[in-house]
Amino acid sequence: MSNKLLLMGDEAIAQGAIDGGLSGIYAYPGTPSTEIMEYVQNTKQTAELNIHRKWSANEKTAMEAALGMSYAGKRAMVCFKHVGLNVAADAFINASITGVNGGLIVVSADDPSMHSSQNEQDSRFYAKFAMVPILEPSNQQEAYDMAYFGFELSERLNVPVLLRITTRMAHSRAGVQRREGKPQNSLRLPSDPRQFVLLPSIARKNYRKLLMGQAAMEIESEKSSFNELISGNNKSLGIITTGIAYNYLVENYPDQKSPYPVLKICQYPIPRKQVEELYNSCNKVLVLEEGYPIVEEQLKGYLNTGKPVHGRLDGTVPRDGELNPNIVAKVLGMDVAEGQPIPDVVKNRPPSLCQGCGHRDVYEDLNEAMKVYGTGRVFSDIGCYTLGALPPFNAINSCVDMGASITMAKGAADAGLVPAVAVIGDSTFTHSGMTGLLDAINENSPITVIISDNSTTGMTGGQQSSATGKIVDICRGIGVDPNHIRVVTPLKKNHEENVRILKEELAYQGVSVIIPQRECIQTFARRKKSEKKESND
Amino acid sequence: MKNDIILAGVGGQGILSIAAAIGLAAVNSNLYIKQSEVHGMSQRGGDVQSHLRISDKPIASDLIPEGKADMIISVEPMEGLRYLPFLSNSGWLVTNITPYMNIPDYPDINEILAKVKSLKHHIAIDADSIAKEAGSSRASNIVMLGAASLFLDIPFERIEEGIRQLFGKKGDEVVQMNLKALRLGREFSEKNR
Repeated sequence: MSNKLLLMGDEAIAQGAIDGGLSGIYAYPGTPSTEIMEYVQNTKQTAELNIHRKWSANEKTAMEAALGMSYAGKRAMVCFKHVGLNVAADAFINASITGVNGGLIVVSADDPSMHSSQNEQDSRFYAKFAMVPILEPSNQQEAYDMAYFGFELSERLNVPVLLRITTRMAHSRAGVQRREGKPQNSLRLPSDPRQFVLLPSIARKNYRKLLMGQAAMEIESEKSSFNELISGNNKSLGIITTGIAYNYLVENYPDQKSPYPVLKICQYPIPRKQVEELYNSCNKVLVLEEGYPIVEEQLKGYLNTGKPVHGRLDGTVPRDGELNPNIVAKVLGMDVAEGQPIPDVVKNRPPSLCQGCGHRDVYEDLNEAMKVYGTGRVFSDIGCYTLGALPPFNAINSCVDMGASITMAKGAADAGLVPAVAVIGDSTFTHSGMTGLLDAINENSPITVIISDNSTTGMTGGQQSSATGKIVDICRGIGVDPNHIRVVTPLKKNHEENVRILKEELAYQGVSVIIPQRECIQTFARRKKSEKKESND
Repeated sequence: MKNDIILAGVGGQGILSIAAAIGLAAVNSNLYIKQSEVHGMSQRGGDVQSHLRISDKPIASDLIPEGKADMIISVEPMEGLRYLPFLSNSGWLVTNITPYMNIPDYPDINEILAKVKSLKHHIAIDADSIAKEAGSSRASNIVMLGAASLFLDIPFERIEEGIRQLFGKKGDEVVQMNLKALRLGREFSEKNR
C-alpha cells in the first residue's frame, strides 16, 4: 500500500492523464474541478514532457482549444465544473459530430447538494444529448484508470469521452497505483481533411456515422471492466448503482457484500446486456444514482409498464441532494445508527468575505452611493463578491451565471430601471462579461458596471486571471468613453472620494465602468510569504 | 481495525494539516485510508469538515455514516458540537476550547463548553496556550493531533514520523517544536481522559 500515491479524485485524474499520454490540458477554475489543472501545473514531470497547462479565459475556449489539439493528433483533456459545461456546450455537442483525431477527454465535475454551486445539474445528460460515452469512477483508482485508458477509448470510438465526477470523488483522497507512462502521440493530421468541416452536407454524413457508432459504444460498455454484475442470493430485489453510489450501498454490509444482486455501472451508454440479466433475475429494481434519475428514467420509460423500478422518481430515494450511506440504508429498510442531534447552542456559520478584502470596501462605497436610489438595482455575478448578498452588506440582487450581471443590468435598464448597476470580478469579466458590455455600448445603455479587480480568480483559490493588467484597455477597445472609465483603490481612506466618483457615474446616462483595483488579500499574503522565503534562501 | 474521524473547524484554520499528518502515519503503517474534504465557498470563513477513515481493510464510502464516527477532532469548540450526529455512542469529542468568533451571534462560550463537558467521552483542551508553551501558537493544530492520538489505533511513533515528514523541509527547529506540541497534547489527554 505504501508504494501507492495518496491522491484526491481530481489529482488521480490528472496523474492518469499524464501517464496516459496527455499533450495538453485546458480548463477554467471551478469547484470541484480546479485541482485537476493545478496538479498538472504543479507536477515537475509535466514541464519535462512539455504538456500544455495554462488556464483558459472560459470553458468554451478551453473546450475548443482541446478540440484543436485533438485535430492535430494529440491527446487532450478539458476540465470544468458542471455549469462550465453549459458554457462549453456548443463546442462539446459539435465535437461529437466532428469526432476526434487524438483522444479527447472532457471532465465535468458535478456538485450535488450545491456545496459551492448555483444548481446541481447532472452532466450525464449532456453526454446522452451528444451521444458520447461516459466514464464515472466509483473510487480514486478508477478515476486514475479512466483518465489513463480514456484517450484510447476516445480514439477507438472516434468521439470525445465525458469523464463525470461529483464533489466527493473530486475532493476525497485514497491510495492510487500508477501504471507505466505512455508516450504522447506525434503530430498527425486527420486522415479525412474535411472531418472537422461541419457544413450541412458533411455534418449529415458525420451525424449518421455517430448514430451508427452507438452500437459499438454499447458493446464497449458491456465489455468494460468498469461495469460489473455482482451476484447475490436474495432475488427479491436487484440494485443498479452508478458511480460512487456503489460505495454508499456496500458500506452498509459486512465485508461490503450485498445480499441482493448489484449492477455497478461506471461506463455508459448503459450496458444493455447486464441490465437485462439483472432485470430478468429479480422481482423489482432499485436504482441508486448520484445526481438526476437518468438511468431510472431510461429503465422505466414513459409508460412504466414493466417490473417495479424504484429510485428518485417515485420518492424511494430523495429527489434532490447527494447520497450517503445513511440515506441508502434507510431506503433498504435497515436500522441506522444515530448520534446526538446538533445542540441548539450551535449557530450557523456562513462563509464571508475575508477581513481586509477589497470587495468589502467596494460594497461599503456602493451602498453609500446607492442610498438615494434605494435597493433592488444591483446585479452581480459569480465569485467571492457574491457574498455581498449576505449581511452586513445585503448589497446585491442577483447571481445567475458567469457574466449575467452586465447583461441583466442592461435588460433592466431597457425596462426603465435607471440607474442599473452591475458588479463583476476581473476573471468573470474576461470569462463572459466582455460581450455583454459590447451590447450595452452598442445601445449606450444607462448602466454602471463595477469591475472589482483583485487580479486573481479568488473563490477557487487564487488562480491566474486572464484579465490581469488588461481591463482598462479592453473597456476602451469595446468602446467605453475613456472619461467614464474610472480606476479607484478600494480602501477605507478613499471611501468619500470613491462614493463621489460612484455618484457621478450613476448619474451619467450612458455606460460607465468603475474599476476598483486592489490585490486579493489571500494571494497578497501568499506572495509576501514566498518573497520572504526567497530572500531568506 | 477502523478509525473513523470527523475533523472540524472554520475555513482558514488549517484542519487539513491534521488530516495530512494522520494520513501520512496511516500510509506508513500500511493501512487503507480515505479522506474527503471541503473546498470552495465555505473555505471563506464558513464551517468546514473533513471525513478521515483509516482501516486495515478496504474502505467503501468516502463519507462516514451518521452515528458511526469514533472521534471528532475540532479546532474550535462550537464546530465540534456541529457534528455530534456523526459521533457514535462510544466516540470521543476532542476539541480546542478557544472560540473563533467571526459571526455576530456567536453564543456564550460557557454554554458551549458546558455542552462539551456534558458528553461522556470528551477532551477539552486549551490548544492555543499549550502551543505557545511548545514554542509557537501556530502549532495548536499539532497539539490537537497529539491530544487525539491517544484514541487512534496507530502507534505514536508513526505519528511522530508523520510530523518529521510534514515539517522536515522547514528545518530541525520547527520539527522539534511541533514534536513537543504533539507530546504536550498527548500528555494532556493521558491526564484528563
